[in-house]
Amino acid sequence: MEKTQILVVGRHPEILATVVRLVNNNPNWNATGCLSDEEAIAAFSTRDFKLVLLGGGVDEISEYKLNEYFCAEKPSIKIVQHFGGGSGLLSAEIFEALGS
Amino acid sequence: MAQTVLHKGNTRGHADHGWLHSYQSFSFAGYYNPQRMNFGALRVLNDDTVDPGMGFGKHPHDNMEIISIPLEGDLEHKDSMNNVAVIKNGDIQAMSAGTGIFHSEYNFDRTSEVKFLQIWIYPNKRNVEPRYDQISLNLEDRHNKLQQVLSPSPDDAGVWIHQDAWFHLGKFDKGVSTEYSIKKEGNGVYTFVLSGEVIINGETLNSRDALGIWDTDKFTVEAGTDSEFLLIDVPMKF
Repeated sequence: MEKTQILVVGRHPEILATVVRLVNNNPNWNATGCLSDEEAIAAFSTRDFKLVLLGGGVDEISEYKLNEYFCAEKPSIKIVQHFGGGSGLLSAEIFEALGS
Repeated sequence: MAQTVLHKGNTRGHADHGWLHSYQSFSFAGYYNPQRMNFGALRVLNDDTVDPGMGFGKHPHDNMEIISIPLEGDLEHKDSMNNVAVIKNGDIQAMSAGTGIFHSEYNFDRTSEVKFLQIWIYPNKRNVEPRYDQISLNLEDRHNKLQQVLSPSPDDAGVWIHQDAWFHLGKFDKGVSTEYSIKKEGNGVYTFVLSGEVIINGETLNSRDALGIWDTDKFTVEAGTDSEFLLIDVPMKF
């Protein structure tokens, strides 16, 4: 089964690494972590992402910019704010966003 | 007209990690129930019991208001802001994770379990500077009356967080009742019973049952038996 590709954007390197690791604990998911908007925009075309998680440190200006870019590139993309920093909320947030 | 949701204690999620027994009122970690995602801004209410000397190793959080209320035993907290503290029954701890924080929590006692509530509230402002606060409460101030233990204001009673939320604890003798006025329009209240029997809106709640109530501005809480309970007043939209 093909893994669901998830793009994670966050500014805190250790927290981003934790979120990516926790997402990848699910064998059906694969996470790509990006620290900057530029990195995230560049990564977006490399995989068939189904979901973008906007994590800690992503301000409103970046959020607007990324939302606009991702939605223009792929209108079906789901974009959600991730709260908690790779915590116990993560799986439920992803299930909710993917409607699974 | 008031709307309500009843969560019986035995319908909560449960995780048994050997050293940790966690009862989860809302979806958390391996417990996923789409009907139990949150009550307004209240996202997590975990009722945890940790074995002596055991605990949660260093782990991160961001953008969440995290409140710990010890019920029995001593809980040791260490974080990346160099806070080292032990909180015990009668204390309350609040942490704004904001842009990011690492912390650990251990049972400080080597012989007894620690039991505590961990409550997470969505913040009303993202990416704030992380902060930590803890206070000791006077247990007499909740005997047959409501004791405010958390608010949105540093100048009000209890600890404060980045959300229009208020927490009250009550320890009522059988038959005592009080009217609670919801603090802000659009808020709802999630009442979690710690012990005994509590009656709200004709609904009888037992230990670890919870009732959420919203679309009203006040309601009455009555102790059916000697009881202890927590009122969590949070925005329903945030």
